[in-house]
Amino acid sequence: MAIAAALLTLGLPFAAFLLLALVPRLRRSGPPAGWVSIGAIGAAFLVAAAAWLAEAGGAGVWGWIPGAGGPLVTVGVLLDDLSRAMVLLVTLVSLLVQVYSLAYLHDEPRPALGRYYAYHALFAFSMLGLVLAPTFVQMFIFWELVGLCSYLLIGFWYDRPSAAQAAVKAFWVTRLGDVGFIIGIVWLWAAAGTFEFTALFAEAAAGQIPAAGLALTMVLIYLGAVGKSAQFPLHVWLPDAMEGPTPVSALIHAATMVTAGVFMVTRTMPLFALVPDVLTLIAWVGALTALLAATMACVEGDIKRVLAYSTISQLGYMMAAAGAGAAAAGFFHLGTHGVFKALLFLGAGAVIHAAGTNDVFRMGGLFRAMPQTGIVFLIGTLALAGVWPLAGFFSKEAVLAGVLHGQLTGPFVLLALTAFLTAFYMFRVVFIAFFGRPHDPHAHLHDPPRLMAGPLWVLAGLTVGLGLWFTVQPPAGEHGPGWLAPLSLGLAAAGIVLAWATYQARVVSADLLATLLAPLDVAARRRYGLDALYALLYRGAMLGCSRVIGWLDRYVVDGVVNMASAWSLRAGDLLRRIQTGVPQDYVYGVAFGVLVLLVWAQWGSR
Amino acid sequence: MSVPVLSVITWAPFIGALLIMFTARHRPLAVRLIAAVTTGLSTVLSLWIYLAYDREAAGFQFHEKVVLVPPLGVAYELGVDGMSLLLVLLTAIIIFTGVFASWTVTVRSQEFYALLLALVTGVFGVFVSLDLFVFFLFYELAVLPMYLLIGIWGSSGQVRPRGIFAWAFRETGVGSKEYAAMKLTLYLLFGSAFILVGIFALYVFAGTGSFSFLELQAAAFDPGVQWWVFLAFYVGFGILAGIWPLHTWSPDGHASAPTAVSMLHAGVLMKLGAYGVVRLGMGLLPEGAGALAWLVGTIACINIVYGALSAMAQTDLKYVIAYSSVSHMGIVMLGAATLTEAGLNGSVFQMFAHGVMTGLFFALVGLVYEKAHSREIGKMGGFGHAMPGIAVAFTVGGLSSLGLPATAGFVAELLTFMGAWRSAHPWWLFPAVAGTFLTAVYVLRVAKQIFWGPPSPHFEHLDDARGPEWVALVVLVGVIVVFGMMPGLAIGPVGTATMPLLTRIVAP
Repeated sequence: MAIAAALLTLGLPFAAFLLLALVPRLRRSGPPAGWVSIGAIGAAFLVAAAAWLAEAGGAGVWGWIPGAGGPLVTVGVLLDDLSRAMVLLVTLVSLLVQVYSLAYLHDEPRPALGRYYAYHALFAFSMLGLVLAPTFVQMFIFWELVGLCSYLLIGFWYDRPSAAQAAVKAFWVTRLGDVGFIIGIVWLWAAAGTFEFTALFAEAAAGQIPAAGLALTMVLIYLGAVGKSAQFPLHVWLPDAMEGPTPVSALIHAATMVTAGVFMVTRTMPLFALVPDVLTLIAWVGALTALLAATMACVEGDIKRVLAYSTISQLGYMMAAAGAGAAAAGFFHLGTHGVFKALLFLGAGAVIHAAGTNDVFRMGGLFRAMPQTGIVFLIGTLALAGVWPLAGFFSKEAVLAGVLHGQLTGPFVLLALTAFLTAFYMFRVVFIAFFGRPHDPHAHLHDPPRLMAGPLWVLAGLTVGLGLWFTVQPPAGEHGPGWLAPLSLGLAAAGIVLAWATYQARVVSADLLATLLAPLDVAARRRYGLDALYALLYRGAMLGCSRVIGWLDRYVVDGVVNMASAWSLRAGDLLRRIQTGVPQDYVYGVAFGVLVLLVWAQWGSR
Repeated sequence: MSVPVLSVITWAPFIGALLIMFTARHRPLAVRLIAAVTTGLSTVLSLWIYLAYDREAAGFQFHEKVVLVPPLGVAYELGVDGMSLLLVLLTAIIIFTGVFASWTVTVRSQEFYALLLALVTGVFGVFVSLDLFVFFLFYELAVLPMYLLIGIWGSSGQVRPRGIFAWAFRETGVGSKEYAAMKLTLYLLFGSAFILVGIFALYVFAGTGSFSFLELQAAAFDPGVQWWVFLAFYVGFGILAGIWPLHTWSPDGHASAPTAVSMLHAGVLMKLGAYGVVRLGMGLLPEGAGALAWLVGTIACINIVYGALSAMAQTDLKYVIAYSSVSHMGIVMLGAATLTEAGLNGSVFQMFAHGVMTGLFFALVGLVYEKAHSREIGKMGGFGHAMPGIAVAFTVGGLSSLGLPATAGFVAELLTFMGAWRSAHPWWLFPAVAGTFLTAVYVLRVAKQIFWGPPSPHFEHLDDARGPEWVALVVLVGVIVVFGMMPGLAIGPVGTATMPLLTRIVAP
């Protein structure tokens, strides 16, 4: 039953994708193609919900690549507590995003819309395949397919050069992490003899995995997550990925793609637990990522990019929790974040849809013009800032408690600082865009149509509902000391107050803040120089190296070949001169030869 | 054994060539139909033997033998095992789609198709023959028509003479199709000299007075002999497989060749080289192979990285694809050199996967060239609007070449990685993995430049693939995806052939 349910959730979006890919007429019809995909993912969501309620669990594994002694590589499905929750999140967010897109993209040409839904169906299938994977290879397979789908969707408007560039960048940067991931997988296979999680965990528990080199192996595997989950220093692709349509951003940031890394680390925690040093590294990188991204969000004026940096920052939280050994807390935050981040992005989409710009400084007073959007965006913002009693408060507290419990004071301080900045930058956007003076009083701003508003209210309801549920019935797991909740609330409040004072009451000058923190401000605006560094490495090192090799190949390696050939031609030319066709020359030659022979016979052969 | 099915597969294209020469003068459609029918017959039969092959029994099946020259021990002996089975299928797929991809050849199409079909008989013959003498005859038949095909129907490019060898470039006329044809032919004949020496050495040292593969396999050769004969085979076949630094015939040749010839040459003929190293080198000279695996693998690593970087530096679309073949053949040779089950299976799988994807690439480049009349990547842009079908097919081919899962390329690369780390030289893993990243960089860069972005002002009235051209694209894309999702289809039979081969090498 559990296996059948898992296969059904996998099969439905795949069937939708096949249908859209192989029946051009359906794909080019636009909205009907959308409904096919929505129907499939809706049914998958129902199956996932049923599996969740029934607490169905089980695993099935089949051979994929045969070998002499049994299958070399296996694939299958693994449904347990972790994947059940994740499947539910993925199908829910995908469903809502797909419904929302139908209204958001109604101006697109029909064939483009059909293509969009084909990508979406494939995306859902890939992410579900990753989540349900019982082996490392299968996880890698779908991991890459998820990367492919985000490449296709980020580059959905492929005639825009910036979108094309962003799509390729996303693929390359995550692929760089995957280089480590695949090496790590192969090493682990060589050490433990299997790709299957259950067998690997059993070996880990029994202490059968050779300790030599295991730390490096796990660091390499973690590198895959660094790329996918946009951890420092491979986070650079995520802000650029905003070039895709806004619902795509919602999907990538909330439920698919970036969550894959955190999910992988959570899934393979028994292996990471064998190497505590690597866990500490993960925690530090996570906390650093959280803080850096938060500072960059503070100086960003594009509403989607602010949200993108906030995603990177929150992913840092999740990773830090995982690194502190509190993977459950990290996963908890993944779930709640998935809901309210989808809400925020879809809300931002509604704003962009109405205002026709991404720039918060060209918005203002939106709350009055679009009250529904304003309310749901505010709910999402409060949840992200970690305000009680919304869902984000509980998961953020769980993360902080986990990090504290793991004796990681440094990361804890960084994360606490980030909590303050998170409240600040999110309310900066809210005050400028929603409460400031209207930028253009004559603009006809309006709340989104029903197909877009529906998903927004569902997500807002979930954000509030989950929060209230946790208030009544506190989540199981780590709870911090008594001062933790007041501290985290106090930090959030301080951030909100500062944002209010700066951007609403204007008692604090934003310019003054920027001047006071000048070095930080400049560095954050330049994204800490990382993008420039990568561009330099790409242009200088990689392309430069390729030019040198290309030149060497053409003019040296091939040059030698051509020289051999040219010499043969020349030698032939020279020898040809002997063939003059004049009989006298030949007679002279013969006479000369006879002479040489005679001389040799006389004196040479003593 | 009632119907000599392997002979039919092998000679059907040759019969087609004769029919075209003698019956279809000045009737272009008849030429194409004869070509399609005869290669179609080979394809159907290849598929049939692929399905009918008894995987339990393994070994060489569909055996045929006719003694030709009894005193010399030369016989017309054919048979396929799991490895050649897959490569026969590959050849059939590529030539069948190649006929459709070059449907629009108008200049002297009669001779073009006749030569192409004669060449294919040579390729089939190499994969199925079990007698080294006949093997060599087929091998030469596969190599020689190339000269005319490139020299007459090819296209010339531009290469500026530079560097200290500039005079040699002027002297030889680098860049012209005649130069490319001559270089390819001379280079490959240079290689076949090594092969011929190797074959005669085996004949002499075995002392059984037979060229039969099976009899030679049973003979025990002195390790010293094995060492240098393997080296001869490696150099001889390796040239055809594009091993560094003897690969420079390949970019020039493949760039100049007409579409179907590039498809066949990069898709199948380069595999002939790799197949020769595995079948004759590793199959007959286990100790030689074991002793020289370090060389084969190390050169293969250079191929992978060097080929990828060279591909990145090219501005001509066909050269990019040609250099990518140099890089991917590195994976083939690396997999074989690991001397592990995973690696060798990966190697054979990569022969198939790369054959199909590079066939697809050259078919696409041919289509793009035919519509845009340019191969300059820098000038192109935004073709995705006008040719969505071609863009999709190019993307699938590109993804397979960068080893994306669910395409055939991934399976081959994963197996090769696994084999590399388990081999005697684990460091081979790193250049191999680096190669896949570099491939991602240049393939996506090219795809972005050609198909994405705003439409280029240099081109107007572009259109998508038409009628027969679709056959090529759909079949090749389908094969890439199906074998990528169900690798067992190929690895199953291949494993039955590679395991006995490996046990002979690795066993103490």
